[in-house]
Amino acid sequence: MPTTDDRVDDRTVRPGAGPHRVVIRFAGDSGDGMQLTGDRFTAEAAAFGNDLATFPSFPAEIRAPHGTLAGVSSFQLHFADHDILTPGDRPDVLVAMNPAALKANVGDLPAGGVLIVDTDEFTPRNLTKVGYDGDPLEDDSLASYTVHRVAMTALTTAALAPLGIGKKDAERSKNMFALGLLSWMYSRPTEGTERWLREKFAKRPEIAEANVVAFRTGHAYGETTESFAGPVAVAPAVLPDGTYRQVTGNTALAYGIVAAGQRFGLPVFLGSYPITPASDILHELARLKRFGVTTFQAEDEIAGIGSAIGAAYGGALGVTTTSGPGISLKSEALGLAVMIELPLLVIDVQRGGPSTGLPTKTEQSDLLQALFGRNGEAPVPVVAPSSPADAFDAALDAVRIAVTYRTPVLVLSDGAIANGSEPWRLPRAADLARTPVIFQTEPNGPDGEFLPYARDPATLARPWTVPGTPGLEHRVGGLEKADGTGNISYEPDNHERMVRLRQAKIDGIEVPDLEVDDPAGPDGGTADVLVLGWGSTYGPIGAAVRRLRREGLTVARAHLRHLNPLPANTEAVLERYRTVVVPEMNLGQLAFLLQGRFARPVTSVTKVAGMPFGAEELQELLRPHVSPSASDLIGVRR
Amino acid sequence: MSAIDLGMPILGGLDLVPTAEDVQKAKDFTSDQEVRWCPGCGDYAVLAAVRSFLPTLSIRRENTVFVSGIGCSSRFPYYLDTYGMHSIHGRAPAIATGLAVSRPDLSVFVVTGDGDALSIGGNHLIHALRRNVNMTILLFNNRIYGLTKGQYSPTSEIGTVTKSTPMGSLDHPFNPVSLALGAEATFVGRAMDSDRKGLTAVLEAAARHRGASLVEIYQDCPIFNDGSFDVLRRPDDSEARVIPLVAGRPITFGTDGRWCVVRRGFGLQVAVTADVAPDDVVVHDPANLELAFALSRLSDQALDHAVFGVLRQVQRPTYDDLARAQVQQAVDGGGGETDEDLLGLLHGKDTWTVRDGSVLPAAGAAGAGA
Ligand SMILES: Cc1ncc(C[n+]2csc(CCOP(=O)(O)OP(=O)(O)O)c2C)c(N)n1
Ligand code: SF4
Ligand SMILES: [Mg+2]
Repeated sequence: MPTTDDRVDDRTVRPGAGPHRVVIRFAGDSGDGMQLTGDRFTAEAAAFGNDLATFPSFPAEIRAPHGTLAGVSSFQLHFADHDILTPGDRPDVLVAMNPAALKANVGDLPAGGVLIVDTDEFTPRNLTKVGYDGDPLEDDSLASYTVHRVAMTALTTAALAPLGIGKKDAERSKNMFALGLLSWMYSRPTEGTERWLREKFAKRPEIAEANVVAFRTGHAYGETTESFAGPVAVAPAVLPDGTYRQVTGNTALAYGIVAAGQRFGLPVFLGSYPITPASDILHELARLKRFGVTTFQAEDEIAGIGSAIGAAYGGALGVTTTSGPGISLKSEALGLAVMIELPLLVIDVQRGGPSTGLPTKTEQSDLLQALFGRNGEAPVPVVAPSSPADAFDAALDAVRIAVTYRTPVLVLSDGAIANGSEPWRLPRAADLARTPVIFQTEPNGPDGEFLPYARDPATLARPWTVPGTPGLEHRVGGLEKADGTGNISYEPDNHERMVRLRQAKIDGIEVPDLEVDDPAGPDGGTADVLVLGWGSTYGPIGAAVRRLRREGLTVARAHLRHLNPLPANTEAVLERYRTVVVPEMNLGQLAFLLQGRFARPVTSVTKVAGMPFGAEELQELLRPHVSPSASDLIGVRR
Repeated sequence: MSAIDLGMPILGGLDLVPTAEDVQKAKDFTSDQEVRWCPGCGDYAVLAAVRSFLPTLSIRRENTVFVSGIGCSSRFPYYLDTYGMHSIHGRAPAIATGLAVSRPDLSVFVVTGDGDALSIGGNHLIHALRRNVNMTILLFNNRIYGLTKGQYSPTSEIGTVTKSTPMGSLDHPFNPVSLALGAEATFVGRAMDSDRKGLTAVLEAAARHRGASLVEIYQDCPIFNDGSFDVLRRPDDSEARVIPLVAGRPITFGTDGRWCVVRRGFGLQVAVTADVAPDDVVVHDPANLELAFALSRLSDQALDHAVFGVLRQVQRPTYDDLARAQVQQAVDGGGGETDEDLLGLLHGKDTWTVRDGSVLPAAGAAGAGA
């Protein structure tokens, strides 16, 4: 909705009045509970009906050394009274629980921003640890910000003293103090958080009480201290009609898998080996056994996909989930799944690579591996969700392809989608209609024999016949199959035919046309420039394009959900534009693909910092390609 | 053993597999595919034994699945008219695990070689064994890589000269039976390809065992490792080497039980029966893990002695039974069958509704979506 956006996209913290949108970043030591604090504030915003987007960022180490820069964990939340697309570039409010958090994050705080610090942590020792010569709270280095110096640790422990709980537990509750303070500043509803705390710590009521008291103390502190101008309210966002909840990408994928199992009448079997940032899908599904879901924590990624293939052979919805290093290990087995033509769902939650790379950071650099990373001609459909909520639909769509065409399907999510969250318009019962898979139970050959590799003329899918079916005993395997019978065949002509058949089957998968949002007209064609993305760049591209349009520039955009096969109209869409710009979090993999496929130049704009594009950053990277003086290029270009 | 008591009854390996209505014969289990092993290959004898022992299990052919890896021996599934998958190198136990967990009504066999199971697939093998997944693993040990034309394998004796080890192999071999016992496999047996009777007995016991069964089959590869086990076949040599095990019986071997097995320190050794008190002869007890391991150590790479039969057989809940029971328990607890259940899950606890441009207070869970 570009028009809404034009109205409200300016920076907006106006004490006393209702801002349209606010970006808050909670930053602290990885032991300070910043992710939890952020999650709760997000839940409060969601309960209030704001649109929102979040960006958690944490170290790969579980507990990096206390108080160091390496140990800083942060959670950024963008909430608004209108539809927003990204977690926000720069915070309006930065909460820094210690000097390390301040040092690591203050650079992102724009002049005029609000800074809230826990002064108790600004000890000489902690300051030296992160290389501060003096105390930044005492010199004028923070002069351009509105700084609130709050003795959070002392205030929290004092408030908790009557409860008689240990010093450690008391200090640990200071994140709830911060949450209480922020909740007051932004007039958040508080009942939900109190209820949630009591549920979470139901087994340790004294800890629940301590957290609730800390939360209320923070809230009261805001109320009684003159120094805060507020509270302010961000009105609920008017999104399209429907019922909403907040969801992360990993949860949405897990739910999509459960929904797909129910839709197609298949028990879900997940074979998986833990790896960041994909493990939460395993965790989530492990709790959902009541839906007939089996989860198997395998000895490695190969066993993860192997067991899923075995389950698929037995008639289950076989699923395996992993991240980059794991997808490398699964390559050979994926090839087997291509050869034996059974449905299989393979989820790759991409992270920074190569090798172990950046486990907790995001990247889109597994695209070409997903498309081509197997020996032989081994085509695999690839589906990419564009946002956390979209991951639900992407999973359902991927399973549709897998069962309809009897093929493994790769879903390419990434770290930003996996851990980020946003409102999700919930599907309704009618959206989840059941269409159970029908297994082959009768011979299909002309002479009453069974041909395991006979194909459906429309989809080129082979029959799915499960063990236990009398009379249809047959063998499958990785050796080349004879067309029809599926027996081993080394015949040159047969191999030629089978390679082409497998390719034709994938090429023929029905995927929706690429939709173009071209402000110059419903059919497009008038704008000169198309910005084309895939996956989690959806939000940043949308936000950057809005900004450019607000400057009066005409720019079209489109986003690919299906990377293989590409929508049938892809080439026609590309032909309509003088310039096609492809922003990606890699070194230009989709751009490379498009140039190879369609033999036309594409402008690649890339970032590989382990962080998503910021809206403003991408706006600046796109501008030279969009504005009339396109020759005056800056940024990364190939 | 399990933290949660799921009230599992003790079952046999085939108890959940439907039984055949008609009497079946070896030829019913024979596929139309031409067998393509080298003449004289030990795999033929094993195939013949398997084809004739399968009907005696009285289970339905269509509920029998052979999953194999890669190697000469792994061609096995093609030659049986059951369901089968010739998969990828070393991974058959992993694939069979997924199949066994999702299909309790199948009898799942894994066919693998010494390279397939112990080199590239060593990890999957030990984990399938420790988890005790209901499957029967036939490990064809010819102490060589047959399919890739004769490189040494993880069971080749030190000093084995092959194309890849022209000056002799350097690495100490695995004893597959010791390895399986180390992984606490609940059924471990060994047999010789040419010993139809012994092989059939061990295979049948393995198939009827509920849990992961490992059967090591000494198999001759006349092309690349000819006569590797000949000392165990030739009557003159074998008499003093082959130690057959019978549960509950004193372990003696050779003509008239000339030799026997006695304790020595923490292990076992071979003695002349006449020289020891009858009570000192060890009685075979397949339930005793330490004994089974000590017996496995009597088999060394030089084949001075080799133990055959069932070394270990104990009952332990299988991973697949437990996994299914957990799912069943959760399903029985309710809340996962209907469309409303699914909508309830998707809605979670905190929702809000937008209608006609305004935000309504939190909606009730599933109802709102209907
Ligand atoms: C990933 C992979 N690596 C290597 C090979 C080549 N290869 C096929 S079979 C084999 C060894 C087989 O030895 P073994 O398991 O002992 O079986 P045998 O042929 O002796 O029965 C090798 C190395 C392969 N097929 N796949
Ligand atoms: S190479 Fe050896 S193991 Fe392979 S088929 Fe020939 S004889 Fe048998
Ligand atoms: Mg071998």
